[in-house]
Amino acid sequence: MHTFAELIIVFVILLDLSLAVTGGLAACIRLVALQGVVAGLLPLLAGHGAPHPRGVAFALVIIILKGVVFPWLLTRARERSGARKDVEPLISYPASIMLCLAAFIASSWLGSRLPLPETEVAWIVPASLATIFTGFLLITTRSKAITQVLGYLVIENGIYIFGLALFVEQPLMVELAILLDVFVAVFVMGIAIFHISREFDHIDTAELSELSDWRRAGDAK
Amino acid sequence: MLLALFSLLILLFSSVLALCLRRDPSRSQDAGAYGAAAASAAGLIPAVRVLLTGVTETVSFPWQVPLGSLTFTLDPLAAFFLIPLYLLTGLSAVYGVDYLKSYSGKKPLGLAWAAFNLLTAAMVLVFTAGNAVLFMVGWELMAAASFLLVLFEHEKQQVRRAAFIYLAACGTGALLLLAAFSLLGAHSATLDFSSFPPPGRAAATAVFLLALCGFGLKAGFIPLHVWLPEAHPAAPSQVSAVMSGIMIKTGIYGLIRVLGFIRPWEDWWGWALLLLGAVSCLLGALFALAQHELKRVLAYSSIENIGIILMALGLGMVGAASGAYTLAGLAFAGALLHVLNHALFKGLLFMGAGAVLHAAGTAELEALGGLAKRLPRTAPLFLAGSAAACALPPFNGFAGEFLIYLGAFRSLNSPGSAALAGVLSGLALASAGALAAAAFARAGGVAFLGEPRTERAAGAHEAGGLMLFSMRALALLCLLAGLAGPLLLVPLAPAVAAGFGFPFASAAAEAAAVPLLYVSIGGLLLLALAALAAAKRRACLAGKVPAEGPTWDCGYAAPSPRMQYGASSFSQPLTDFFQPVLRKLGQYPVIPEYFPGRASFSAEAQAVFYNAVYMPAAARLRDIAYRFSWIQHGRLQLYIMYIVVTLLGLLLWKL
Repeated sequence: MHTFAELIIVFVILLDLSLAVTGGLAACIRLVALQGVVAGLLPLLAGHGAPHPRGVAFALVIIILKGVVFPWLLTRARERSGARKDVEPLISYPASIMLCLAAFIASSWLGSRLPLPETEVAWIVPASLATIFTGFLLITTRSKAITQVLGYLVIENGIYIFGLALFVEQPLMVELAILLDVFVAVFVMGIAIFHISREFDHIDTAELSELSDWRRAGDAK
Repeated sequence: MLLALFSLLILLFSSVLALCLRRDPSRSQDAGAYGAAAASAAGLIPAVRVLLTGVTETVSFPWQVPLGSLTFTLDPLAAFFLIPLYLLTGLSAVYGVDYLKSYSGKKPLGLAWAAFNLLTAAMVLVFTAGNAVLFMVGWELMAAASFLLVLFEHEKQQVRRAAFIYLAACGTGALLLLAAFSLLGAHSATLDFSSFPPPGRAAATAVFLLALCGFGLKAGFIPLHVWLPEAHPAAPSQVSAVMSGIMIKTGIYGLIRVLGFIRPWEDWWGWALLLLGAVSCLLGALFALAQHELKRVLAYSSIENIGIILMALGLGMVGAASGAYTLAGLAFAGALLHVLNHALFKGLLFMGAGAVLHAAGTAELEALGGLAKRLPRTAPLFLAGSAAACALPPFNGFAGEFLIYLGAFRSLNSPGSAALAGVLSGLALASAGALAAAAFARAGGVAFLGEPRTERAAGAHEAGGLMLFSMRALALLCLLAGLAGPLLLVPLAPAVAAGFGFPFASAAAEAAAVPLLYVSIGGLLLLALAALAAAKRRACLAGKVPAEGPTWDCGYAAPSPRMQYGASSFSQPLTDFFQPVLRKLGQYPVIPEYFPGRASFSAEAQAVFYNAVYMPAAARLRDIAYRFSWIQHGRLQLYIMYIVVTLLGLLLWKL
């Protein structure tokens, strides 16, 4: 069974790398959804024997939310905002993938240093950390508001996998709480993105810095 | 103790009620004022009981806040501060009903009353908190509520500026106090006051300096006073009375409490307090002499009195360090007594100034005059308050300063440093007293005597009944406290014992009993003399009609009110002498001819410390901040990057 889980981990890492180089917004949304579904399958495969019915139910909820509801919300927000179809990165794709690889190396080192209990699935801690870093990468180097929501979701996937590594016994309770937060957050962000695009005719966060009065005060000086 | 908590609940409840009734100003006024008065009545009982029995009462409730606990401690020291608090807030609330009537419909009175009662509740919390977290909650609530009250007339630019300065001072002070309490509780499981372990030498010095600056920003001694002369005049008068009478004393209370945690005291601490206090009382009185607005005069007089209290604390600490227990006890007792007295007479004076403001629409001294004839009931009350503020018997200001003088004179046969401290503080106290007397003679004389200088002053009307009631009550309390003599030692001794230690209390009680008896006998004699003079005057005037003429006629053919001595001209000889410190702005006409033409004269008091110290410092800080403004670029992505880098840094640091 663990080979399956390890395959999934490898798949998650590959998804991280492809997120770093994907230019299309729609493709990004699909990749994040796929990663969420794959991560949601993980607890079913990581345990011993047949999974508990409650676990199956939780996994189903997670998979539906991350695989269906969130992508639907985000796709809707993207279409309504009428934004350009690419993610408009602030740094080049090669740089992104280099950073992603660097993050993976750093996570491997960090994973070996963190005082964590022994995990049964190899690479689970580095993979989760790498996913979190990828999420931060998406947030900090892409200029659209939607990609920030996507980054947020990727971070959530990473935290979820990390939680699996730590609390194999009750990851679902923790996850459920986080999921609730994420759901609300995505919802709010979807609305916010819609309003931003309506007010400003774009969802480029760089333009939002025009709202800052500090800069003007400094320039006027 | 439970009654004190009950008063806290009444205050909070009436605060909410006043806010809920805000659509109906008169009912909202009633809710606020009677709530405050009821809370005062309820709160005075446990305070008096604790002072009489000397037993500390504690109640504790569980609280979920980390390091915090809902521990309320009512020891004699807290009770001694609670008494002026309850007296003054209750009477101020009654006063406020009449005072705020004219604002009805123009200002959110419900909010003002909610803030007023919240301010009172916060101060009760500060005085009764037995835990640093609870104390800071009260402290911050107090700052927030009083900030709202200072902002009452926010349409004036001056008021907004005052409120901003006040907020900045409050914030800075709270920050320093957080640091002080963190240091104190560094090796303790909770931040309960009773669980603070004695700190090491270096930590104790750091705590002392932090507490001195943190509490000093609230107490308002020089040079940390800049907010005080701005905020006191800006607030409504009954709020100024509470802020000046008792709120700034929370700084003194906190300082005394923290001094209790960091024993043994270093020698230089007492000297630091003494010198700061001496500078404050001298400069405070001097600046009061140069102000042109009645409430600003009173605000600077508050700085002077805080200086006196601080100087007495310092004198006591120097005495304690050299083992002169009698000297120290007398100084500590004098400091505490002056806290009470200042609350009473400064409350009275601010209310009197409020009556003037209410009557004439302005408190600018140069616009007033002749108010004694127009406010015949307020004028003698203001005079009584002024006499108390100048420490003249038989009023209460004398009793407190008398104890400090007594301590200072006792020091003369003590060893070296104590004697020097005594001489210094005696000199400072005497000079400050003289300057204060000049300042109050000027303020009271220019406002109340002579002829009105403007139409507004001429059309002034007497204050309302509730305002007069509060002022009369305070004036009576001032007189009673001045005549009480040795009876004052009954509450003072346990308060000194709780604040500083038992030996000081017993030494002070022993040394002060007989002199205080003389004080009250002297006061009674003075009153008898005054009564005799009044009776004599009445007898002489019986059956005669006294002639009335213009005030200060001086044989001029056509005297005009502009010929009177004004506020600037009255104090000019003194202020010119102190010009290097005061740095007045102004121009003086030079009159070379025998028949001069038009000439103009102007004099303006400067906020010396604000202009010379704080403004340049703030400008420098802003320049430095601008240099870092590239960090504050408004790019969301990079802000998140800051967070990530910080989190990663923390993670790696802990690895």
